[in-house]
Amino acid sequence: MSYKEIIWSGLWKNNAGIVALLGLCPLLAVSTTVVNGLGLGIATILVMTCSNAIVSLARQWIPREIRIPVYILIIAVLVTIIDLSMNAYVQPLYLVLGIFVPLIVVNCNVLGRAEAFASKNPVFPSMVDGFMVGLGLTLILAVLGAMREILGKGTLLSGIDLAFGESAKAWVITVIPDYHGFLLAVLPPGAFIGLGLLIAGKNWLDQRQASKAEPVRAPETVPAAA
Amino acid sequence: MSTGYFRYSTRLALVLAAFALVGTSLLALIFDATKGNIAASEKKAKLALIAQILPAGLVDNDIIGEAANLPPQKELGTAEATLIYRAFKDGKPSAIVLEAIAPDGYAGKIKLLIAIKENGEISGVRVVLHKETPGLGDYIEIAKSQWIKVFDGTSLEKYSSKDWKVKKDGGQFDSVAGATITPRAVVKAVHKALGYYSANREKIFSLPAQETAK
Repeated sequence: MSYKEIIWSGLWKNNAGIVALLGLCPLLAVSTTVVNGLGLGIATILVMTCSNAIVSLARQWIPREIRIPVYILIIAVLVTIIDLSMNAYVQPLYLVLGIFVPLIVVNCNVLGRAEAFASKNPVFPSMVDGFMVGLGLTLILAVLGAMREILGKGTLLSGIDLAFGESAKAWVITVIPDYHGFLLAVLPPGAFIGLGLLIAGKNWLDQRQASKAEPVRAPETVPAAA
Repeated sequence: MSTGYFRYSTRLALVLAAFALVGTSLLALIFDATKGNIAASEKKAKLALIAQILPAGLVDNDIIGEAANLPPQKELGTAEATLIYRAFKDGKPSAIVLEAIAPDGYAGKIKLLIAIKENGEISGVRVVLHKETPGLGDYIEIAKSQWIKVFDGTSLEKYSSKDWKVKKDGGQFDSVAGATITPRAVVKAVHKALGYYSANREKIFSLPAQETAK
């Protein structure tokens, strides 16, 4: 697999959020605002890049039969180390991302990439894969967060002051002034509806692309997963 | 055949154990290396939270280091031991900061941090943890609205028992239409905490400081 393919697959073709549909639990719970979405996204990128690197490095010592428990062990150790180090050395960032980091242990994207990619590929491509899949998820989280924030609260970037201090309060964009909020967008159903729209949008773009290139091709089916 | 199978699984178990050993040693190492920093930053975060509700002029002692363990109290709604912070000024008790739980929020428990001055007047209240409806009941958070400051300066002397209610129930405290259950729970919890303080004032200030603060 070339780097170009890895990048394209992670960001678009097999995007974790809208194609693979893996790790929906944190995705739906956390995408209430742009800042929250980006927070979980960045933490996921960090964990996936590191876990893919370690699994790839250790792959020749991991017997096939016990690979899953070993992966889980590696991911759990890694997440705990990142959690502790962030808390100790970058406290302000930890206050924002801290609640998301433990969520990542149970994010099946991380395990999925370890199994599907890092266990069969050298270190550097594995890190690129982890980074790109994480980035693809981050983009979806940010877009979904923006949709829900604008519709639900009429703002963008609210909560940014938690990451950059009081002065960042000025960065909050009020998209709709005097907005009274639309609760549905903030609550979990809003996340499902928003995600559904994003999936539909991606499929529509793909189909349009396909029909331009080759008018009679059947539409691609979307693999569903838990 | 069966011995081969046994030896093979033993080998797998050993590999797994080796990974576990490396992993846990690494964790122990990192935990030890970060322990001091984490304690320091947690203390700083706690101090910052307390500073929001307690004027610095009232404190000249190590308020975190001299905190005491408080067993669960029915009036405070606490089910586990909590920390209670005592502020002193020139050697005299000046205020306390305690944790209280409002058990009857719209979506479960609401955890509060309440600062009470020595004379029984509320210095400030903050909601530490809640699950109230976003955009509706969450105006009790300081990040969302200034509502929680209605308690500043109130006391058992200022309002009688029947005034310690939301206006909708005939009391003194504002609430947002459509979301009265949440403030009702908070008002009730703050009222009870004041009652607890006035009944236990002496005891609270004489509690020994916990020893595991390090």
